Amino acid sequence: MSADPIIDVRDLVVGFGSRLVLNGVSFDVKRGEIFGFVGGSGSGKSVLLRTIIGLIPRRAGTIEVLGTRLDQASDEQRRSVERRWGVLFQQGALFSSLTALQNVQFPMREYLDLPQRLMDEMAAAKLDMVGFRRADHHKMPSELSGGMTKRVALARALALDPDLVFLDEPTSGLDPISAGDFDALIRTLQRTLGLTVFMITHDLESLHTIADRVGALADGRVVATGSIADMLASDHPWVSTYFRGRRASALTSRLANSEP
Amino acid sequence: MAAPPSLSARAVPDGVELAAEGAWTVTHAKSLDGLVDKATRETPSDRPLTIALHRITALDTYGAWLIERLVRARRDASGATRLDGLPERYRTLYDEIRETEHDPAPAPERRSILVEHLEALGQATLRFGQQLLAFTAMLGAIFASIGRVLTDPKSFRLTSTVHHLDRVCWQAVPIMLLITFLIGAIIAQQGFFHFRKFGADAYVVDMVGILVLREIGVLIVAIMIAGRSGSAYTAELGSMKMREEIDAMRTMGRDPMDVLILPRIVALVIALPILTFLGAMSALYGGGLVAWAYGGMSPDIYIERLREAVSITHFQVGMIKAPFMALVIGAVACTQGLAVKGSAESLGLETTASVVKSIFLVIVLDGLFAVFFASVDM
Repeated sequence: MSADPIIDVRDLVVGFGSRLVLNGVSFDVKRGEIFGFVGGSGSGKSVLLRTIIGLIPRRAGTIEVLGTRLDQASDEQRRSVERRWGVLFQQGALFSSLTALQNVQFPMREYLDLPQRLMDEMAAAKLDMVGFRRADHHKMPSELSGGMTKRVALARALALDPDLVFLDEPTSGLDPISAGDFDALIRTLQRTLGLTVFMITHDLESLHTIADRVGALADGRVVATGSIADMLASDHPWVSTYFRGRRASALTSRLANSEP
Repeated sequence: MAAPPSLSARAVPDGVELAAEGAWTVTHAKSLDGLVDKATRETPSDRPLTIALHRITALDTYGAWLIERLVRARRDASGATRLDGLPERYRTLYDEIRETEHDPAPAPERRSILVEHLEALGQATLRFGQQLLAFTAMLGAIFASIGRVLTDPKSFRLTSTVHHLDRVCWQAVPIMLLITFLIGAIIAQQGFFHFRKFGADAYVVDMVGILVLREIGVLIVAIMIAGRSGSAYTAELGSMKMREEIDAMRTMGRDPMDVLILPRIVALVIALPILTFLGAMSALYGGGLVAWAYGGMSPDIYIERLREAVSITHFQVGMIKAPFMALVIGAVACTQGLAVKGSAESLGLETTASVVKSIFLVIVLDGLFAVFFASVDM
């Protein structure tokens, strides 16, 4: 796999009113890796994600995704980039008036002109890949549990075989077993489909098990990037508290013990 | 952009070979679908088939599934099917696709149209009964809540009531004045236009005065309030219900009836008579202006005629109706708000239902009042 950056963010500044949430954020995500982003509550992780995908305007800096400068791109170029990424929102953001199957077909219907049979087959395949039960295909989002909602949302994010997926807290609100399954699922899909994954998370276990690289956001900047080992070695106070705090050490020792 | 895909057949000694080339990806999914369908139809099922994949330049789940669909279509064929030369980097992807389930669950069965319509009719009847019950229950709950407040006046939420009063009364004043002004002006204009034909110009003032004070003033204001504030109540309570705020309040030992609903209803019951009064005055003013500009009746004469034509009874009739209409609008709005279920669609449905029902009930109530006032000679 080549090492060209899929996401390249330089000196990004984002603020609301007089408050600067992100002040000079720079990082890159390479092709084919799972990049995990951590940060305290309210540190601007979600703002960062929403800025990259273009939901929040930036004040300064550059954002390049899949080789396109999004800040300078025309509407046409933007759309062609948007077609190549998928976004999993924190609450799933399924369209509440469509069934699970129709939700997955939505991007296909909007972007491609496909026969209904192929859309049915592909939507069923995507739902099967994310472990969604066939019996629930025609359920409405309000009838689905949190974990199932996230699975459908992931299937929808993967509907057009994107090169890049953004995951906003994929495991939050899931029980540890489901969260573990979800981690494994993301890892499997990333390997089979050759995805690049940009993931925001609070879940140390996810980071340990699936992230290739981690970035830490504190005080509006990226204070550390690197592997989990780099994070453990970092002497930035917030990073060391996060990765070597009480919960983290319990996890690290558990993971260390479980290794043969 | 990668080369467009193709699938070409040629006869080989031991059967048929289909050679796939180019990018088998989502971008070309539509033409791929056609290619695969054509190949499925045209390949003899009794001859062995080899699908050569050496020259595929790109493959994703769409391409992989379409190849797999071709393979599966030949499952019952007597000739064997063989994949040849699948590039190693696509092996995991293809294996994954081969294992996934591709048939969507069958859509829920639809019954005959007649049965569906009958069922819908039955459901609607049942729902009508349930809604009537819910509305009555809401009225009962409101009075129970009033009872609790009367026994313990300190528990009344004055701040909240004032806040809602500001929203449904004070902030509604400009639009109410404007609309009733226009209605008054239109009634007067129509009156002059038609009454002039038989020289009854002077009676236009009687018509405007009585109509505005007894009926139109309160009706227009009530309908506007149902659309403006009733819908807001439903949407607020509905989204609170969706986000479990109402359940949270209940678990903290606070009855949403006392905290959320009573202040809203009280505010509405205070607001509607005030707005009705202001609206009626504005309509009479509008009528007066038209009488002057269009009917050639000086303001002095207009006021003089109005004094003769209108008695305090007409004014009372209009004002007495206002708080009852407010109660109906508030109770309907709150009932619908609490009936909201999880989805955005349900919130929209209930808000629509709230406005439609409260306007309907306001008009029914107005009719009942007409009968009542006629029988007590007011």
